Amino acid sequence: MVKDLSIRVAGEAGLGTQTIGFAMCHIFKNAGLHVFLIQDSMSRIRGGNNFIQLRVSRQPVQAIREQCDIVVTLDRAGVLLHGKQSAPGGIVVVDKSKSGITETNESYFDVPLYAMAQKAGESDLYVNSAACGVLGGLTRISFDIIQQVLESTFANKGPDIIGKNVRAAREGYGFAQAEFKADTFQLEQGADSRHLLLNGNEAMALAAIQAGCKFYSAYPMSPSTSIMETLAGYADKYNMVVEQAEDEIAAVNMALGASFAGVRAMTGTSGGGFALMTEGLSLAAMTETPLVIVVAQRPGPATGFPTRTEQADLDFILHAGHGEFARVVFTPGSIEEAFHLTFKAFDLAEKYQVPVILMTDQYLADSVRNVDSTVLAWQPITRHIISREASAHVTDYQRYRFTESVISPRAVPSWITDVVYADSDEHTEAGHITEDPELRVKMVEKRFHRKMELLALEAVPPVVHNAEGAGTLVIGFGSTYGVIREALQDPKFNQWGHVHFSQVWPFPEKTLNRLLIKVKKIITVENNAGAQLARLIKRETGIEPNKSILKYDGRPFDVDYLVQKFNEEI
Amino acid sequence: MVNAETYKSDDTIAWCPGCGNFGILNAVKKALVLLGRPPKDVLLVSGIGQAAKLPHYVKANCFNGLHGRALPAAVGAKIANRALTVLVTTGDGDCYGEGGNHFLHNIRRNVDITLIVHDNQIYGLTKGQASPTTDAGVPTKVQPRGVILEPFHPLETAIALGCGFVARGVSSDSDHLTALITAGVGHRGFSLIDVLQPCVSFNKINTHEWYAKRVYKVNEDPSYNPADKAAAYQKAGEWGDRIPVGILYQRARPCYGELSGIDARIPLVDEDLSKTDIRPLWSDFS
Repeated sequence: MVKDLSIRVAGEAGLGTQTIGFAMCHIFKNAGLHVFLIQDSMSRIRGGNNFIQLRVSRQPVQAIREQCDIVVTLDRAGVLLHGKQSAPGGIVVVDKSKSGITETNESYFDVPLYAMAQKAGESDLYVNSAACGVLGGLTRISFDIIQQVLESTFANKGPDIIGKNVRAAREGYGFAQAEFKADTFQLEQGADSRHLLLNGNEAMALAAIQAGCKFYSAYPMSPSTSIMETLAGYADKYNMVVEQAEDEIAAVNMALGASFAGVRAMTGTSGGGFALMTEGLSLAAMTETPLVIVVAQRPGPATGFPTRTEQADLDFILHAGHGEFARVVFTPGSIEEAFHLTFKAFDLAEKYQVPVILMTDQYLADSVRNVDSTVLAWQPITRHIISREASAHVTDYQRYRFTESVISPRAVPSWITDVVYADSDEHTEAGHITEDPELRVKMVEKRFHRKMELLALEAVPPVVHNAEGAGTLVIGFGSTYGVIREALQDPKFNQWGHVHFSQVWPFPEKTLNRLLIKVKKIITVENNAGAQLARLIKRETGIEPNKSILKYDGRPFDVDYLVQKFNEEI
Repeated sequence: MVNAETYKSDDTIAWCPGCGNFGILNAVKKALVLLGRPPKDVLLVSGIGQAAKLPHYVKANCFNGLHGRALPAAVGAKIANRALTVLVTTGDGDCYGEGGNHFLHNIRRNVDITLIVHDNQIYGLTKGQASPTTDAGVPTKVQPRGVILEPFHPLETAIALGCGFVARGVSSDSDHLTALITAGVGHRGFSLIDVLQPCVSFNKINTHEWYAKRVYKVNEDPSYNPADKAAAYQKAGEWGDRIPVGILYQRARPCYGELSGIDARIPLVDEDLSKTDIRPLWSDFS
């Protein structure tokens, strides 16, 4: 009996490693267990070598392990590349005859997956369901659960296809039970199967709908695209428009046009697309038009690793756009945080009439985990515009009127009886072009200093664990939250604290200053090569972190790697 | 009641005396009066350039955005609120150069907006460089031996892409231009009106007199049929001694609002967000 298992499924693109991964997520979740899944894909549609890695546990998990208890290989390359990834005592599921593997290795568990697929459905296509059956048999999950999941996965393919998939799974399940007698991988049944299965992008898309986003324009770019796809699936139901733009420049300007007209609007991209959007970011600030932008990072420069992960655009996002203006940059660390901060992004963008950037990465965007739906509770929306009722009385309007609260009340064109002028040039309170130096100073102070002061008051404080009295403080931002949490569970680190930035701008320097002055050692953990977070901390607090644990191979941190790196710092 | 005073703006005009933009400004205002739309329901969107200042000189809603990016902003606004009558005022550099990709794809997108391009065949605001429509051979400060690129042909391009309304006006004939703008706004879908205008400061070739000698109205020939695509394409290619103006091509085609289904729903801007509830979607993720 085990409480925690790591499983990897490897094979070339097109063989269905993702299908197996998602099906197993549902199977384990329905068995009341917690899952965490990452995808490691090459930037191609077929061929190459892809894998999914799945963690399943009785406890909530949000990180991967380096070594796997069960590695399922679907082809020869899978065996050669991943055959050594098994943990001590782990096994590698190999279809020796199909993969042409003749050597013997005590970790190999030879399973005729392709013969099972042929027997069940006369096609290699059913190898996915056979592999699901094998994993179910090894972990001793009830076959009823497997059958239910496969029936719902293939529900729209008709009874013939469903039957063949279930037969293939039954073949695999029976074989694993019969040939692998030890209960090495038998999972303890979990208690709670009510959870949702969401990845980071889906959580953000759902939060955008909940926040009343009515317009999303974007140009497809990995790893942001599934936000657009998720929203498109619900666009009619929620009277929303999802428009695929001709380029990222169009995407950001369309969203700004829609926002100017009064609807909540968002765009999403990755670093390269965001580079094209930066003039639009500056336009949002100058015209004081609310805008939410998701930047799901991938490794650069230029095209980089299109399907992999990195946190190297922190400096870029903090400074993007010409001119000086207020912005907010959120860096969610979990699927729940991605949801809540997306909702908050729409509120802040509208309340302060500023651009708000949600900075994620491929790792958070694509990783799937159980989420308690009650944590994503329904929230009421507060609009920060002149209401339709109040608009009827507005006969003399100035879009950029100076007010005591700093923020100029925002009118929706056609609702008020006057008109709205918005301008990318420096402008008067009425919104007309000006070159007046005194007015310029007041406008700069409004858009930059005053708004920054207000946004600082609203800043989301860092998530702090065990920091009071800690000798060593680990600091991360964004997607590293889960892996740092888990690595620090090791009793060796019980004197270590953890600070996670959910928001990096405005920088929460007050909270941090208080924590930093007491600790002996500060370590940042970052998926980049330049220690960008460490440099930001130094710039904003004057305190220089002692050490940065950096990873820039395009892959996320895993628990074992991080524990090893932490050990070097004891 | 909408009249000439209704659209009068308080802003001071920053164009050169004699600029062709004045004729276009007058035509835009006259067309809006003829259409009887109150200023609050009209949105003028522009980018950067002398043409892009026009919205400030009209009392109507205005989004004066980035160079080349008026079209995407206009389209976003129209999709959000179809109650707005949306016109884009842009120049040959702004629309055909910087914003070329948006020009192509918004003809395809066919959102119900009207695009008015002030085409003076030169860059005015940056003081006299070649624009995409400057004739080959014309010398400028940046192209001292004359432009070596073939000019961009906006009308032929638009017709080739199947644009539903393709017209050309001339800034000196304000009444004719008013009629074109009125027809363009009335056309359901994306309308292009390219307007020939002199730049009195930087274009010493394509002057008022130069145009006056050459332009003629296509509908003076009663046999001209704007629904004939091949004939329209051929007409749009005429340039030099004789330059056709008027509605060169028009055809009815389903617009974005119909094809996307949004025209059948309440406008996005009128949605009551307090009713949004995503909980019914949980079953798709469990």
